[in-house]
Amino acid sequence: MECQECHQRPATLHFTQVINGNKTEVHVCEKCAYEKGYMSQNQDSFSLHNLLSGLFNFETYPMSESQTPNYSYSTQQGLKCEKCGLTYQEFTRIGKFGCAECYRTFGEKLNPIFRRVHSGNTRHDGKIPVRTGGNLQIRKQIDDKRQEMQRLIHEENFEEAAKVRDQIRSLQEQINSDISDDRDGDE
Amino acid sequence: MSLERVMNEAISPWMKEEGPDSDIVLSSRVRLARNFEDIPFPILADEEDLTRIIDYFQQEYAQQSFESYQDLELIRMKDLKDVEKRVLVEKHLISPHLSDHANYGGVLISENEQVSIMVNEEDHMRIQLYVPGYQLEKALNEASKLDDWLEENINYAFDEERGYLTSCPTNVGTGLRASVMMHLPALVMTQQMNRLVPAINQLGLVVRGIYGEGSEALGNIFQISNQITLGKSEKDIVEDLKSVVHQLIEHERTARDRIIGQTGVQLEDKIFRSYGVLSNSRIIESKEAAKCLSDLRLGIDLGYIKNVSKTILNELMILTQPGFLQQYAQKSLTPEERDVRRASLIRERLQLEN
Repeated sequence: MECQECHQRPATLHFTQVINGNKTEVHVCEKCAYEKGYMSQNQDSFSLHNLLSGLFNFETYPMSESQTPNYSYSTQQGLKCEKCGLTYQEFTRIGKFGCAECYRTFGEKLNPIFRRVHSGNTRHDGKIPVRTGGNLQIRKQIDDKRQEMQRLIHEENFEEAAKVRDQIRSLQEQINSDISDDRDGDE
Repeated sequence: MSLERVMNEAISPWMKEEGPDSDIVLSSRVRLARNFEDIPFPILADEEDLTRIIDYFQQEYAQQSFESYQDLELIRMKDLKDVEKRVLVEKHLISPHLSDHANYGGVLISENEQVSIMVNEEDHMRIQLYVPGYQLEKALNEASKLDDWLEENINYAFDEERGYLTSCPTNVGTGLRASVMMHLPALVMTQQMNRLVPAINQLGLVVRGIYGEGSEALGNIFQISNQITLGKSEKDIVEDLKSVVHQLIEHERTARDRIIGQTGVQLEDKIFRSYGVLSNSRIIESKEAAKCLSDLRLGIDLGYIKNVSKTILNELMILTQPGFLQQYAQKSLTPEERDVRRASLIRERLQLEN
């Protein structure tokens, strides 16, 4: 069945309108449904967000809108982001974080969500920015070097392994001096 | 770079170059989602924050160049007419979300249109980089360099455990979405695509039509991208995508050979009929145009049709979209008027080839 408005695309939405007792059937494509006002844009975001939040909302709280909000619960759990004001409940409804701090505020509670979305993963294992990555980059380098050293030892290439060991030491010193620099700064 | 040129030329300068495996993979793209450390994400940021961000990009990056990406131009959504925004969407330079929902949104576009950095979309920054053909690693390396360049001045929202922080939990970690645009007519003709799509989905990859989420695979063009962004390195994400794309290329080639062997003159007939429709019709709907363009392109790839350039598919697919047609006409058109315009535009374009 083709869309009765544009006659171009197939009709994917079928409505029955009842106006003053007169029943009319409407067959339109999604695009025309929005353009001709059969569906509001709100419903659009509703469908997409609901899909997402449906994914998150396996932990449902029995809290209807008429109920008085359970303040003690939210304060106890600290489930409101101090920075942007987003509550955990709002997050599960809209499926979006409000700011970087939300990630820290909701903390461990996010693990099951990430597991679902990212097929079991909860920890980042990719690029690290220079400016805000702290000494993570160096620590990652140390991890890589340690593996390399193990491999060299396994191959009985002790000369090279010793070189790598020294590289690890100097990287570790870098981290240590960064920490003492920070302490100096605090004083 | 002139906005006028961006608006009037359907294919971006980089699309005219031919990349590896470009008989099947039209283009490769990498997108990185990034945010400022201390500012709420666009969904909750106030007017002041969003204005500050877009002004910052105007001051720091407009008219700047980075390596081969020259003369970044900042275009603000509020300065554009609806039809102009639509053209940018059709050229894949901005997302529908930026066009429709981001009042303080903007985009930085490089002269060659290979780079587009969306500002105040769902995230503060969406760095996009396109390369012709099948070159996902190149796209990743280039995008990563661009990311480093931005990071010289910007403190990104980053967490040791979660990685790059994004507004949507589906982008957190690497913030990386890598994708390829593939022309797979033989897999569709032999009805293998229906079977392959669920299998691809099971591997954590997404298959979509040419215009992204929810769009149909017009002209047998499919967009394939990664879904998972957390817990894998950028390189591994791209490797996993590549292994599937590689198989699809092989399957498509085999299917093409088989069709030629089995149907020979029938295939040739189908291709030349489509060529005939494109060269002669006076009214053509976008769906029919896309189907015929796909046939034409296949005919070029298989050597049945000579003297028509390969980029014709990419070019006319974009040029015959509603936004472009209206931009060309300099007025809004009813669907019927568009079908007439589309037909005449295709005829004129094909005449240029001979």
